[in-house]
Amino acid sequence: MSQRAVEIILMRQLASYLAMPILLFDPEGNLLFYNEPAETILGRRFDETGEIPLKEWYAMIDPLAEDGSPLPLKARPLVIALQTRKAATRSFLLRMPDGSRRKVDSTAFPLEGQGGRNLGAVAILMGVRSA
Amino acid sequence: MRVTLWGTRGSLATPGNETVRYGGNTSCVEVRGSDGTLLILDAGTGIRRLGANLGPDAGRVDLLLSHLHMDHIQGLGFFRPLDQPGHEVHIWGPPSTTLDLRTRLGRYLSPPLFPVRLSELPCSLTLHDVPLEAFEIGSFKIAAALVCHPGPTVGYRITENGASIAYIPDHEPALGVRQFPEASEWTSGFDLATGVDLLIHDAQYSAVEYPRHVGWGHSAVRHAIAFATAAKVKRLVTFHHDPGHDDVALDRLIDEARNSAELPFELIPGTEGACFELGSR
Repeated sequence: MSQRAVEIILMRQLASYLAMPILLFDPEGNLLFYNEPAETILGRRFDETGEIPLKEWYAMIDPLAEDGSPLPLKARPLVIALQTRKAATRSFLLRMPDGSRRKVDSTAFPLEGQGGRNLGAVAILMGVRSA
Repeated sequence: MRVTLWGTRGSLATPGNETVRYGGNTSCVEVRGSDGTLLILDAGTGIRRLGANLGPDAGRVDLLLSHLHMDHIQGLGFFRPLDQPGHEVHIWGPPSTTLDLRTRLGRYLSPPLFPVRLSELPCSLTLHDVPLEAFEIGSFKIAAALVCHPGPTVGYRITENGASIAYIPDHEPALGVRQFPEASEWTSGFDLATGVDLLIHDAQYSAVEYPRHVGWGHSAVRHAIAFATAAKVKRLVTFHHDPGHDDVALDRLIDEARNSAELPFELIPGTEGACFELGSR
């Protein structure tokens, strides 16, 4: 596997030191890294899973809108950040590893590297609370 | 290709009796191709002597800057080919998101810091943003990539006829890594260095000094060794020596490194004037 861009490497290192759940995606939506606080939400350890391909990632999470209806792809902050290169924030319901539902505020923003390179996006999950 | 070290010091030129073996000039490396192609890596104070040795018929010169910190450009104003009409000089530097290379270099090459402006140089000067994909100059194939150091900074991998060199003079790949080195895809500079015949790499600090300088963009000797081991290089040349390290201190760092473990490569102290022949000429 070839080396990641240095901006991605530094983003991972920053995320690994922060106490809020952070997920790092490549431009295709593959989950490149998630930090320890995010492991609690996903119920998996990054050391065990490594990179998670887009399809597997979609199968893992099952976000619902606050009214309980399925959250369309185009309404998800991560998808907006990846597809439109704009930051987006939204609250939605997320299934936890124990099967319960939690409300979460998610902000995603695109990563633009030196020379305007599209490097992917970062998603931050905040305020995980009972639905 | 032939590789010659004209300046190996980091941060600040450090002349004196106590640094005479490792040298006091800041970063500058000459890479000469089998067909005569001349690449110069960085324009620290070592470039003055290199320029003085080139002669009037040097031909095209390509100067590849790793970044624009002062110790890597300070010799530029004293590089003779820039001051000679007819000389073809190309300067390559890392792209910035804000100012172009000419503007950034012009901050140094203009009054009051320097009496001559970049635009007043009589040579034929062309400035280039370094492409972040492979490119060629003469007989050399060159890859540049951003590496972990404050501000836009690139390292270079240069190959010719199967021989390869990586030049990463200012590099802190261990920054923020809990157990260095990480997997190769998460290690800054790895693709540049993997499998090269000669790696010239930042080794500014001792293990004791590094914790006081985390985030300054430089490596301890042990980090350079761990990086070179992971990248499976054949030879590691220590580089960017701290101005506070005299010849005795640098000898001690090298001895400690050699005695700490059996190294899977040849560890070479980066001394000014050292010359390496790679591949067949």
